[in-house]
Amino acid sequence: MRSYQARRLTDQIMRGLCWASALFGLLWLALILITLFWNGFAGLNLNVFTQDTPGPNTDGGGLRNAIVGSLIMTGLGVGIGTPIGILAGTYMAEYGRYSRITFYIRFVNDILLSAPSIVIGLFIYAALITEGVEHRIVGYSAIAGALALAVIVIPVVVRTTEDMLLLVPNSLREAASAMGLPRSHVVMKVAYKAARAGLITGVLLGVARASGETAPLLFTVQSNQFFSLDLTQQMANLPVVINNFAGKGYANWQQLAWTGALIITLAVLTLSITARSLTAQRKQQ
Amino acid sequence: MTNIESAVAAVASPVSREGLQQKISVKNLKFYYGSSLALKGINLPLYKNKVTALIGPSGCGKSTLLRVFNRMYDLYPNQRAEGEVLLDGENVLDPSLDLNLLRARVGMVFQKPTPFPMSIYDNIAFGIKLYEKLPKSEMDGRVESSLRRSALWEEVKDKLTASGLSLSGGQQQRLCIARTVAIRPEVILLDEPCSALDPISTSKIEELIDELTNDYTIVIVTHSMQQAARVSEYTAFMYLGDLIEFDDTSKVFTTPREKRTQDYITGRFG
Repeated sequence: MRSYQARRLTDQIMRGLCWASALFGLLWLALILITLFWNGFAGLNLNVFTQDTPGPNTDGGGLRNAIVGSLIMTGLGVGIGTPIGILAGTYMAEYGRYSRITFYIRFVNDILLSAPSIVIGLFIYAALITEGVEHRIVGYSAIAGALALAVIVIPVVVRTTEDMLLLVPNSLREAASAMGLPRSHVVMKVAYKAARAGLITGVLLGVARASGETAPLLFTVQSNQFFSLDLTQQMANLPVVINNFAGKGYANWQQLAWTGALIITLAVLTLSITARSLTAQRKQQ
Repeated sequence: MTNIESAVAAVASPVSREGLQQKISVKNLKFYYGSSLALKGINLPLYKNKVTALIGPSGCGKSTLLRVFNRMYDLYPNQRAEGEVLLDGENVLDPSLDLNLLRARVGMVFQKPTPFPMSIYDNIAFGIKLYEKLPKSEMDGRVESSLRRSALWEEVKDKLTASGLSLSGGQQQRLCIARTVAIRPEVILLDEPCSALDPISTSKIEELIDELTNDYTIVIVTHSMQQAARVSEYTAFMYLGDLIEFDDTSKVFTTPREKRTQDYITGRFG
């Protein structure tokens, strides 16, 4: 009986520790979110969406140019990265599942997936921009930023595409092949259909990942005080504007940085929740 | 023994083998998973418009044999077949053979029902669209007749747009048969089609097999000896990669030539 009591006690202590660690983790998340919501909502008004970034200590001003810039570059980055990611993931799961090359692609992709985003920014910088050289390909520009974001999106989409397609039971592929379907049909009409929710989740996760990245944009687009739609020029974007505004001592800039952070957080949160609920639906099927 | 006896009583009188056309002739077929030999030189005729049952204990190679007939094994690396499998005289093992055309001629239904993640209607129409361009009304007709043939029409006619996955297991399996029948193959391979089904669904599918035999050559792998006795005209007993005995079903179940066959069908091993 003694040992039973001792086990019960150990169980209770361990359970208490688990609860405490979980609460400790959640506490910080809650604190961050509360601070962010508190400060962010304080500056949230229509001007944020209709006016461009202001000068220091001036009245008014918003984040229109940065929001639009972020949407454009994230959209382009995801637009470039998604097809590449889906195709690569499809190759790995459907065509090259048993091949050696898939093993290597997966290995390299996993490294890319966890590579610090600043390295990716530097890579695009070195490959395309390299300031001071006369015959560089592009200068700091939205297109360079979009490419950097695409490099961030690709491994996320590759990974989820492969994983989701691997979850599609082989029996379904066999059934489709047994009807005389060519491989391409088996993939597009059956496997993609069965894995659709998962594939969308992958893209959403890619969007979420790309929309919060600052480092790659610092090296490739920097920012722009003005509203610009020119892809070959510098373009304002939320992460870099937050980075620039938060560190300076101007009250109006700091307020906009909070609001910008809130907007990004809400966007990423929405995307993550959508992605999660899509995956949950898949599991229920 | 009573089970076997009653099962045998249900079998139609044995058919003479003279004058029967061989739809598929298996000649000295060897099959390898990597370096391990799973079929050790099989010779077997499959007669046109007849049902042939493949029986034998797990791992004897009956599913492997079935999967050679439509080259299903081609989907996987390190699996290969040697020898000849002649479908109307044409060797299906020929590497230059168009696999999709082969599989249109040799349909297959699997152990687990595998409806595609789409509507009931599309599950059927999908396969037809691959081979024929039909106007909507004709397509509707084909879908209906396929569903009627597989005795599913009455149960699904009011919900053709519902997902194929919403059906019960037995209905799903009949949907899979309907889907296979819809593309009008010549041979239908059934890989333990009833093992996941309850007795009522099983008897529906057995009735269906009986009916399909008018137009199709059918090969069925089954673990149920009663089922083999009920639905097939010919039975092949396999053991450890060898074909031990092939004969009229009634003979195999009443007067088997081989002791191993007798031991298996009387439940002494396997």
